[in-house]
Amino acid sequence: MADTSDIKKGFKMLIDGVPFAVVDHQFVKPGKGQAFIRTRIKNMMTGAVIDRTFKSGEKLEKADTEERTMQYLYPEGDARVFMDTQSYEQISLSNEQLGDNVYYLLDGTEVDIMLFEGRPIGVTPPTFVELLVSETEPGFKGDSSGNTTKPATCETGLQVNVPLFVNTGDKLKVDTRTGDYVERVKG
Amino acid sequence: MAAPADPAVLQVLALRAVLLGSIRRFFEEREFLEVETPAIVPCPGLDVHLAAFEVRAPKGEPVGWLATSPEYQMKRLLSAGAERIFQLCRSYRAEEHGRHHEREFTMLEWYRANATSDDVIRDTEELVAFVASALDQPAPELQPPWQRLTVDEALQFHANAALDTLVQDEEQFFRVWVEEVQPRLGNERPIIVTDWPSSMASLARLKPNGMADRFEVFFRGVELCNGFGELTDATEQRRRFQRDQAERRAAGAPIYPIDERFLDDLERGMPESGGNALGVDRLLMLLLGADSIQAVMPFPEERL
Repeated sequence: MADTSDIKKGFKMLIDGVPFAVVDHQFVKPGKGQAFIRTRIKNMMTGAVIDRTFKSGEKLEKADTEERTMQYLYPEGDARVFMDTQSYEQISLSNEQLGDNVYYLLDGTEVDIMLFEGRPIGVTPPTFVELLVSETEPGFKGDSSGNTTKPATCETGLQVNVPLFVNTGDKLKVDTRTGDYVERVKG
Repeated sequence: MAAPADPAVLQVLALRAVLLGSIRRFFEEREFLEVETPAIVPCPGLDVHLAAFEVRAPKGEPVGWLATSPEYQMKRLLSAGAERIFQLCRSYRAEEHGRHHEREFTMLEWYRANATSDDVIRDTEELVAFVASALDQPAPELQPPWQRLTVDEALQFHANAALDTLVQDEEQFFRVWVEEVQPRLGNERPIIVTDWPSSMASLARLKPNGMADRFEVFFRGVELCNGFGELTDATEQRRRFQRDQAERRAAGAPIYPIDERFLDDLERGMPESGGNALGVDRLLMLLLGADSIQAVMPFPEERL
């Protein structure tokens, strides 16, 4: 059994059966009063961040979570199949579970998959991925509409706003944390 | 060959020296005597929420504890006839570590005989404005007098909670205090919180209204000091110590002995007095706008 002295950034604990990860924490103690640990914790199933105050010394249940690096293999119906790069074990995650991360999956992309009690609950793609533009309107010099960007669709289906000079067939660097265009990649 | 200078450390040293020098000057100008009392004491503070480091001799014999504050000995000096005393010393609290806590930290305590908590509040206001100027951080918001608020008003205003119900459950009181009240106290300028419930009187006397004659100053959500109109009744003090011991027993905390010499001196007669204990590292942190006390210490535990 863990207790509040184990709390640090990234510590994972179980609250009412749900795994939470510590985002931030602070020891607080009135000079003549009870000590507490104020925390900001992230629900690892939903991503929601909440504040929670623990009494100093309170027992905590450590969450049985593990992060594994896996390689994306192929789609299968409404799901995507990944392979553990160490054990070659394959697991499948539904598109719903993957959310927007489905747009960052190319053959062989390595992602970190968070397992809770052996079941996948979250995916962290590489911070940057490179995707080909499959469709975008040609951008014209001297565009008078005042727009400096235009929509583009990437090979994975990701919609991204790009500068006017980007053409179909270009390769883009995309930040997976924000879903934003970073730059055009040469070659 | 000398190592390259570390400007951050040198700056901290210089600022601390200015701060300590200005505190001494402030009290000398008011004819306070600087005193020293031992770091190793036979009876540490009995407050149930304080943990003291036990001191043992090389062969394991218990020697005492590191003082959590110099309070008992300084009050004994009042009983011995000292009228105005201050001390800058290290105090030790075994289970406290965070942005506003170090297990070893610098405490400023001062006492005035034949004085009230109001006199000590005035000292506090003037001291903070004085050292801020010495540090080249004079600020209009530090000029006395500071706003005052009772604990009850603070709870109502910031947490929409009433003291008389909250005080029934001390843990809940402190939970509401640290979550909702304290972070909002003194954001613009320091604020003095008075009228603590009698169950949290500690070593303060009770006022005619039944509340503890105890005050704390908060600045930018940080507790800066804790002061009392001192309890001088030895019988009442013994009763409170016994209650503290019972609470420690119930909480499974080590039970420290009662300081009988302190009680003897109270019995022999301690003048009506006011006293205050102020966290020096926190004061420097707040005046410089630093975000931790570690930032204003040359050797916080993490860099020791």
